[in-house]
Amino acid sequence: MDFMVFQYPMITVQACLDGILLGILFALIAYGMALQWGVMNIINIAQGDLVILGGYIAYFMYLYGIHPAWGVIVSPIIMYFVGVGIYKLVINKVVDRDLFISILATFGISILFMQLMNFAFGADVVLANSGYGTTFLFDSAVVLPNSKIFSAFVSIVFAIGLVIYMKKSKLGRAIRATAQNARAAKILGVDTEKVYAATFGLNAALCGVAGALISITFTIHPYMGLPYTIRSFMIVIVAGLGNLPGVAMSGMGLGVFEEFADYILGTEFRIGSVFLLLVLILVYRRFKLSRKREYLK
Amino acid sequence: MNKNVLLYGAILIFGLAAPFVFPAFKVQLSILCVLIVLATTWNIQGGEMGYNTFGNILFYGLGMYLCASVQVGMFFPLAEWTESGGEKTFVHTPTQFFQGMAAGLVVAAIVPTIVAGLIGYAILGLRGHYFAICTLGLGVAAGEISGGIEIIGAGQGFTTPPFPNVGGLEARGEFFYFLSFGALVLTFIAVRAIYSTRFRLILNAIRDNEDKAEAMGIETMKYKIIGWMVSAFFCGLAGGIMGGLVGYIDSTDVAFDGREMGVFMVLMAILGGKGTLWGPVIGATVFHIFKEGFWTFFLGWQYVALGVLIVVIVIYFPEGIMGWLREKYPERFGEVVDEADRKAQVELK
Repeated sequence: MDFMVFQYPMITVQACLDGILLGILFALIAYGMALQWGVMNIINIAQGDLVILGGYIAYFMYLYGIHPAWGVIVSPIIMYFVGVGIYKLVINKVVDRDLFISILATFGISILFMQLMNFAFGADVVLANSGYGTTFLFDSAVVLPNSKIFSAFVSIVFAIGLVIYMKKSKLGRAIRATAQNARAAKILGVDTEKVYAATFGLNAALCGVAGALISITFTIHPYMGLPYTIRSFMIVIVAGLGNLPGVAMSGMGLGVFEEFADYILGTEFRIGSVFLLLVLILVYRRFKLSRKREYLK
Repeated sequence: MNKNVLLYGAILIFGLAAPFVFPAFKVQLSILCVLIVLATTWNIQGGEMGYNTFGNILFYGLGMYLCASVQVGMFFPLAEWTESGGEKTFVHTPTQFFQGMAAGLVVAAIVPTIVAGLIGYAILGLRGHYFAICTLGLGVAAGEISGGIEIIGAGQGFTTPPFPNVGGLEARGEFFYFLSFGALVLTFIAVRAIYSTRFRLILNAIRDNEDKAEAMGIETMKYKIIGWMVSAFFCGLAGGIMGGLVGYIDSTDVAFDGREMGVFMVLMAILGGKGTLWGPVIGATVFHIFKEGFWTFFLGWQYVALGVLIVVIVIYFPEGIMGWLREKYPERFGEVVDEADRKAQVELK
């Protein structure tokens, strides 16, 4: 397997295309994380578990005979309320506190969700079959499931829709104002508490969309949440907060990296390589910044 | 001072007598000792230095694998051992077992220390949540990668050498109890000694304001690395002991178990009160008693309970038991309280 990548150029094309389609999904999750990180200054370790929960919603629709693609509409609606619920119960108590408190609290939520999903849905790896068939390119040398193309397309639609919503709508403007300066926004009559709740809800809804798409394209499993959190965190720190094209680009880059790691190192090291890449990126940035005697903030 | 000597004497006597007074709880008491070691060493970073790490599990798991590998590898081919799952083909004689254990523990303590020194320079330059997430990533990556390495058992796990047939089950329990109690005493003495020097003040200065500490001429990086190396030393030791005690090493469920042990050590230190000498000890004890006493009632819902517990402790009880006591009885902690000032502060709140 090791050197197939170099011997057969079509595998490279395959890996790149797979990676890009996968990366667009990652970028969608990362966009949610960047949103609530920027607005509330909270790193949500439970991000990946929200994604998986959204995936299970689509999977259950599939089990009950509804086409899982409708999960893209239903899942975010349910997840929005789940997100607002989490905000009201836990997050609003940690918003202004030390960042580590929020990391630990969301870590607790993550463990809680993992186990509850394990009870509710079982520990099996599941996927919702969309029945979209596959596309063959270059004399069948490159195989692309149509569901992947569909998921990338839907992600792009949702991302663009959200960008427009953030620019034009009243709530979007309130969210952006709060992100810039929460105190000033409060003085000018923005109900920041409501904005925070809506932001967290929107983040969860984005996770819901991504989850539904993941359940169609890949597989979901109750314990697969943390890698998605780490991926989105990584994408956000590489791109920087509020840099949307950057989020999309680094998401795709990460997707391609993962596909190649999968081919070259083997599937058992795939998740490990993602986590190692995170460490390497952070260390690289630390050394780059320390030349100017600065540090990551 | 006199009171202290009495206190430590009483604890030491209790610790030495415990396996004979409560023979049924030997394993639990050994695990408690390991937990206290982990919480105390986490406190060096999280409490004193202000670097909240999820990555100390890395040294714990590394120590666990190293100790078992050395113990096996000194006498038998390691690859065949792991392939056979530690079957009866290779049997350690008592001498081999104890020699291997001793050598394994030395390696398990020293190698993680060196690793901490090497990666510390790169990672301790990160601050706040970047550091927390980076160390979280390190721990998970270590688990995932060690789960793919054949020679240490990969996904099927690594059976540590069984205790030799001298004295039966009783002797095994006592051996591991005294080993872990010894590690605990060693850790406590070392940490106490460290905390009574200027080193603790430097760590606190780093926690309170690192830039200022650096401006005052403290080589912060040096002290951060030393602090991490001390942690790694004892975490590795604790991991080595725990590996022998559990008898079976799995990459993600036992060794690099970020979901259990990695969170436990943070939780115990916070529950007891971070930034104090006794806090982690009290926190670990309370946590372990709670866990062992009530875990069975949750039957399958342990992780749910754990998740809720984390959220509740972190949100409602971030100062911990020691912090609560300090607020309640500040005189006991040698703080001079001005009644008027205190009232004014209460009003301000």
